[in-house]
Amino acid sequence: MIDKSVREERPVMSEPQKIQPSSLADVAASKFEKQGSVSAATGSGLDARNIYAWFGKYLAVSDMSIYFAAGTVTALIGPSGCGKSTFLRTLNRMHEFIPGAAMSGEVFLHGKDIYASGTDVTKIRLRIGMVFQKPNPFPSMSIGENVLAGIKLAQLKVPNKNELMQDCLERAGLWSEVKDRLNQPGGSLSGGQQQRLCIARSLAVNPDVLLMDEPCSALDPGSTLKIEETIGELAKTMAVIIVTHNMQQAARVSDYTAFLLSEGGPGKLIEFAPTREIFGRPKDIRTENYVTGRFG
Amino acid sequence: MAPVVDEIEVKPKQPWKPTQKEINTNIGIFVLNILLTLSLIQFTGFSGKLAFVVLFILFSLSTNFLFSLSRGGSVVAKNSLATGFAFTGIALLLMPVISIIATVFKRGTEAMYIGFFTTDMSEDSFASALDVGGIKHAVVGSVIMVTIALLLSVPIGILTALYLTELKGRGSTLIRFLVQAMSGIPSIVAGLFIYSALITGSGRGFSAFMGSLALTILMIPTVARTSEEVLKLIPSDLREAGLALGATQWRTVAMVVIPAAKSGLITAAILGVARIAGETAPLLFTTGGADALNTNPIDGNIGSVPFYVWKALIDGSPNAIARAWAGIFLLMIIVLSLFILARKIGSPKKVRS
Repeated sequence: MIDKSVREERPVMSEPQKIQPSSLADVAASKFEKQGSVSAATGSGLDARNIYAWFGKYLAVSDMSIYFAAGTVTALIGPSGCGKSTFLRTLNRMHEFIPGAAMSGEVFLHGKDIYASGTDVTKIRLRIGMVFQKPNPFPSMSIGENVLAGIKLAQLKVPNKNELMQDCLERAGLWSEVKDRLNQPGGSLSGGQQQRLCIARSLAVNPDVLLMDEPCSALDPGSTLKIEETIGELAKTMAVIIVTHNMQQAARVSDYTAFLLSEGGPGKLIEFAPTREIFGRPKDIRTENYVTGRFG
Repeated sequence: MAPVVDEIEVKPKQPWKPTQKEINTNIGIFVLNILLTLSLIQFTGFSGKLAFVVLFILFSLSTNFLFSLSRGGSVVAKNSLATGFAFTGIALLLMPVISIIATVFKRGTEAMYIGFFTTDMSEDSFASALDVGGIKHAVVGSVIMVTIALLLSVPIGILTALYLTELKGRGSTLIRFLVQAMSGIPSIVAGLFIYSALITGSGRGFSAFMGSLALTILMIPTVARTSEEVLKLIPSDLREAGLALGATQWRTVAMVVIPAAKSGLITAAILGVARIAGETAPLLFTTGGADALNTNPIDGNIGSVPFYVWKALIDGSPNAIARAWAGIFLLMIIVLSLFILARKIGSPKKVRS
C-alpha cells in the first residue's frame, strides 16, 4: 500500500542526489532566509586548532582548525577518505581507541583543552556526545532504558527520570511513535527509529556539542527527513557537527560547511564558510568542482 | 485459497525440485547398489555390517559418477562425485555416534532400578546382584566438584576473555596462545599437577576440593576461549556508543558488553561443564574415589560418576560391567542435556528487524 500523502510530504528527497549547483545554493539560501541569521553563540562552542591525526605512521588529517559556534550546525563534507570521520573522532577523544592512533593539536571546550593532561576523558565525552553511522541501540535494554543509558552508565543523578526520558524522546522526534512501547527492546524499532533513539540517548546527558558521523547514511529518505528536522531543533541549544556524504543534506541542515579533501596525502581543510557561500559562490575551485558534482 | 488472476487459478510450484521421473531413477540406482553389494558379499568372503557399508558406499559413488557422466558429462559427474564424498563423510561420522548412543541405551538400563539413584555402594560390592547398591554417592560427588569447578573457572575464564577482547592488554597474543595450548593439556596431567603441588608432602589428603581444582584447570581454557569468541561477536559500535556517552570502560563492559553477550557466556559455562563432567583421570589422583556418600567438599575421599564407571570396569564381573554401563548411561544423559541446554540458551533470540 502506498500512501500518497506520505509521498507528497517529501518532494525534495525524490530528486537525484547530484543536482544543479544553483538549486543547492537555493536550498542553502532558503535555510538562511528561514532562520533570518545564524543565531548568536549562546554558550561555549568547540574550538579545534591545528589538528593532525595519524593511524600508525599514516597521517590522515593535517592542520585543521575550525571553530564550531554554539547554536549552529556545521557540516563536514568531502569525498571518501578525506579524514572527515577521523577529524570528528578527534573532537571527543574517540580517535584514541584505534590501536596505533596519534594526534596533535588542541580542542577547546569552555576554554579548556580537552587533550590537556589530567583531563577526565569521560567528562569530556559527557559534554561532547556522538551519534554513529549505524544505529546502535543497546540490545539488552528496552527503549526507555536506552534513552537513560547515559545517565546509568555515567552514574549521574537526575530528579525525574521519566520526565527526562519523555523530553529526550520528544526532542528526537520519537516520543509519539514509542510512548506506548517503552518497555520493548530497542532492536524492535525500524532503522530510522533506532537512529532517533540513539539521538535521544545522546541528548539525555545534556551535551554542549553533538557529533554526528553520517547519521542518515543507513536510512530511508523519510527517516532522514525526520532526523534533519531533529537536528534543526537541537541546534537551538548546542553546537551540532555533522559528517555527511549527501550534499543536499549539508545544504539543508547546516549553517556552516567545511570542505575537506585529501588529494593523495592527508586530509586538509580546503574551505570553511557559511553554507550558502560554499554552495553559492565557493572561493576555491576545488570546492566548486566538488559541490557541483564534477568529482567525488 | 490460491489467488486467481484472469480467471486462472495460480498454483505455487517449485520447478527446481526433482521430477517424479528423476526420483524414480534415483530410487532405482539406490536399489541397484544394494543388490550389487549383496551379491558381491554373497559371492566373496566379505561379510558383516562394516563390509556392507563400505561396499555400498563404493558402489554408490561409482554408479552415481557413471550415471551422471552419461547424463551430463564430466562437469556434472565431478559435481555428483563431490556431493557423494560429502554424504560419505556424514555417514562415517554418524555411524560411531549412533552406535555409541544405541549401545549405551541398550546396555545402560540393565542395572537401573529405583534404588540405583538413592543408595550408595558402601554396603555392596560391584559384583553384587543388580537390585542392591546405587550411584547416589557418585552423583553427589560429581555435583559438588562440578559446582566448585564452575564457580572457580567461570569468573577466571570470563575475566581472561575480557582481558583479551576488551583491554587487549600487554601480551594478549601470548596469553591467547597459552590458553589454546592449555586446552590441549591431557587431563591426567591436570590431576598429577594438583597431586604433586598440593597433596603429596603437604599433609592434606584427597578431597572434593582438590578434584575441583584439577577440573578447574581443564575447564578454564574452554570457558575462556568460548567467551572470547562470544565477546568478539559483540559489535565494537556498542562499546563506542557506551564510551561516547561518558562511561568508563568498566561501566561500558559491565552494562553494555556483558549483558549483550549474556546468553553466549552462559553457553560458554555450560560447555565448560560438559567438558569436565566425564573426566576420570584427574579425579584418580585428587579425590581418591569412594564408595560411600561424602558431602564434605573439603575433606575426605569422594566418589564421582566417572570414577564409579572406572571402578566397575576394573572389577570385571558381569554385574559390575552392567553397573558400569548404567553409570555411562547416566553420564551421557547429563552431558547431552547440558549440550541441549547450551544450544537452547545460546541460540539468538528472534528480534524483528
